Amino acid sequence: METIRVSFPHLGSYHTPMKVLFTFGFDVEYIAPPPITERTLSLGSRYSPEFVCAPFKYNLGNFIETIEAGANTLVQTGGTCRLRYYGELHEQILRDLGYKVKFINMAKVQDARPTTLYRELKEINPEMSLKRIAEILPVVVKMIEYIDKVEDYIRKNVGFETIPGSFDKVHASFLSELRSVHSRKELNRVYRKYMRLFKKIEVQKPANPLKVGIVGEYYTVMEPFSNHNLERELARKGIVVDRWLNVSSTLFHYPKKKIEENTRDYVKYPMGATAMVTIDRALECAKKGFDGIIHVKSFGCTPETDVIPVLQNISKDYNIPVLYLTFDTQNSDVGFITRLEAFYDMIKMRKEMGQNFKHPSAHSNRFYPNHWGECSPSS
Amino acid sequence: MIIGIPRGLLYYRYKHLWLNFFEELGIDYIVSPETNKEIVTSGMAYAVDEACITSKIYLGHVEWLLDKCDYILVPRISDCGSAGKVCTKFQAIYDLAANTFRDRNIKLLYYNVDSSVADSEMAAFLKMGRFLGRKKSRCLYAYFKGKQAQKNAQFLELNEQQHLLKENKIKILIIAHRYTIFDKYLGEPILKHLHKLDTVPIIGDIAPKKEAIAKSVEISETLPWAFNRELVGSIILYRDRVDGIILVSAFPCGPDSLVNEIIIRKIKDKPVLNLVIDGQEGMAGIETRLESFVDIIRFKKGEFTWKQ
Ligand code: SF4
Ligand code: SF4
Repeated sequence: METIRVSFPHLGSYHTPMKVLFTFGFDVEYIAPPPITERTLSLGSRYSPEFVCAPFKYNLGNFIETIEAGANTLVQTGGTCRLRYYGELHEQILRDLGYKVKFINMAKVQDARPTTLYRELKEINPEMSLKRIAEILPVVVKMIEYIDKVEDYIRKNVGFETIPGSFDKVHASFLSELRSVHSRKELNRVYRKYMRLFKKIEVQKPANPLKVGIVGEYYTVMEPFSNHNLERELARKGIVVDRWLNVSSTLFHYPKKKIEENTRDYVKYPMGATAMVTIDRALECAKKGFDGIIHVKSFGCTPETDVIPVLQNISKDYNIPVLYLTFDTQNSDVGFITRLEAFYDMIKMRKEMGQNFKHPSAHSNRFYPNHWGECSPSS
Repeated sequence: MIIGIPRGLLYYRYKHLWLNFFEELGIDYIVSPETNKEIVTSGMAYAVDEACITSKIYLGHVEWLLDKCDYILVPRISDCGSAGKVCTKFQAIYDLAANTFRDRNIKLLYYNVDSSVADSEMAAFLKMGRFLGRKKSRCLYAYFKGKQAQKNAQFLELNEQQHLLKENKIKILIIAHRYTIFDKYLGEPILKHLHKLDTVPIIGDIAPKKEAIAKSVEISETLPWAFNRELVGSIILYRDRVDGIILVSAFPCGPDSLVNEIIIRKIKDKPVLNLVIDGQEGMAGIETRLESFVDIIRFKKGEFTWKQ
């Protein structure tokens, strides 16, 4: 029998716990898709319907490249919103392209009973052992939490490292060491060791640095390639980047009740996908007196588009600037950098001028983000 | 008290239920006019650029009603139970309207259909009736009357379409959300032009819904959205009686972006045209595409004659 080589689309650094799950849990070979490049995106776009949201295109590009790299079994998750329907179309497109791979679409069993779920999982490896999976699952979950914690720490400090590249270096070896971890004990040891190393990296933080919160659509927020490395760009300017959205906060610890309570002044009903998190976090940033909020999404993302009027109201009420960024598959870096610069200049000036500076949008009746999400406070 | 009803989105699906419900309760209402240029323009100004054109137009209708009534009806649907999910727009629309027009002191009348509540639609209507100050029994009666009116209207539509299907002309199945294809500004010009080309448009959204949903799995197994399932199922129900299929979507419709692609990849025995309308391109381009599509159909049927 052919060796089973499983793969799963990229999202940030999570291919590491995926590898652990598949290798030690399902007892199959795991192939991480090659790192996302322009080629990934252009392949994905070429075979995708034109105005589908960008994560679909990235995932498709990952699938094609990972097949080229030897994967023969692909897994797609299911989820809410359009993601729930990604799998079926991905599979259809790959079939039409002539790829003969096994495609496991978890959307098929999303609302199904555990027995059906079990049957679908067996598709990955007919000889899998539930016991092994049950053993590795808590390790994987904890690993995701640790990765999230580490990356949160990095976001808040990397902008102030005295030797450029220090954080990245430690981060890379952290992930590579995690890849062979398969017990809680080892995991804790690796985590503690690296946390110590991260804390040892020398940083020079000013007393009151600029602070920006990132909110928005799941994939585009979390996959650095898809947002032109936004967080890194901000860090480079000496900004503390705060971002709550990650896999552990949404999948393992989602505070549904609390979010509903917090957002009550603005919304009555959940608006779909990540919308409520976006509103909740934006409010939190506003209340904590952040210098700005950046709203990130892929072009045409319905729930995150619908959230914009709410963010505009929050922006007015709390006098906090919001930059609306939309990432399509073909917008250039240049425009993005220019808008980011303008936003940076504005929040810096506000900070220097203290309380007296009023965000221009607070004066106008409405605050129109223009087509590409440019922050245009003067309109 | 006057209730304002925006002529957009769910209006096209539920108008008989709504209008009869209010009439029976003795509550005055106005419905915003058929979509016109002004409504489109104002919708575009108030909506976020990337929103789908149908929801922009909807906001234009809401804006038109703002100073003309006491409450504007903007219901919310969380899902359709076993029939499927809804586009997140319908989950968001209430709060979207409320936030967009917050500074103009918009007052909304609403109901929320959520399948986790038993008898959800009825319960939601009773609640709305209570808010309007009407007795429960009267609301219940009004609701059932509305439901009945809705059923009758559907029955009539279906009947009419059965007749159209018998016509001895080129028949083209239109797969489009009702609020897109029956909108005066977006869809109607397309239907008109198809008539002008001496073809008969068959409306996919006019189909026995339950049957359509059950059939939809023959084309797509995991399709989440109820409204799209109905449309996809109608392809199965009508495909043998039509000569071609036109998919009409509002730019950049979330669900349609995926569903249309599945349809195009799976339906191989009929010509399929994919039309995406953004409400700004004017009719000329669309007319040309419709004409060449009809030509292709005629050619296939051997009816094609070169125009002089
Ligand atoms: S949340 Fe946005 S990006 Fe994600 S599936 Fe929905 S529309 Fe697409
Ligand atoms: S289904 Fe499409 S056209 Fe309808 S509201 Fe959703 S995005 Fe807009």
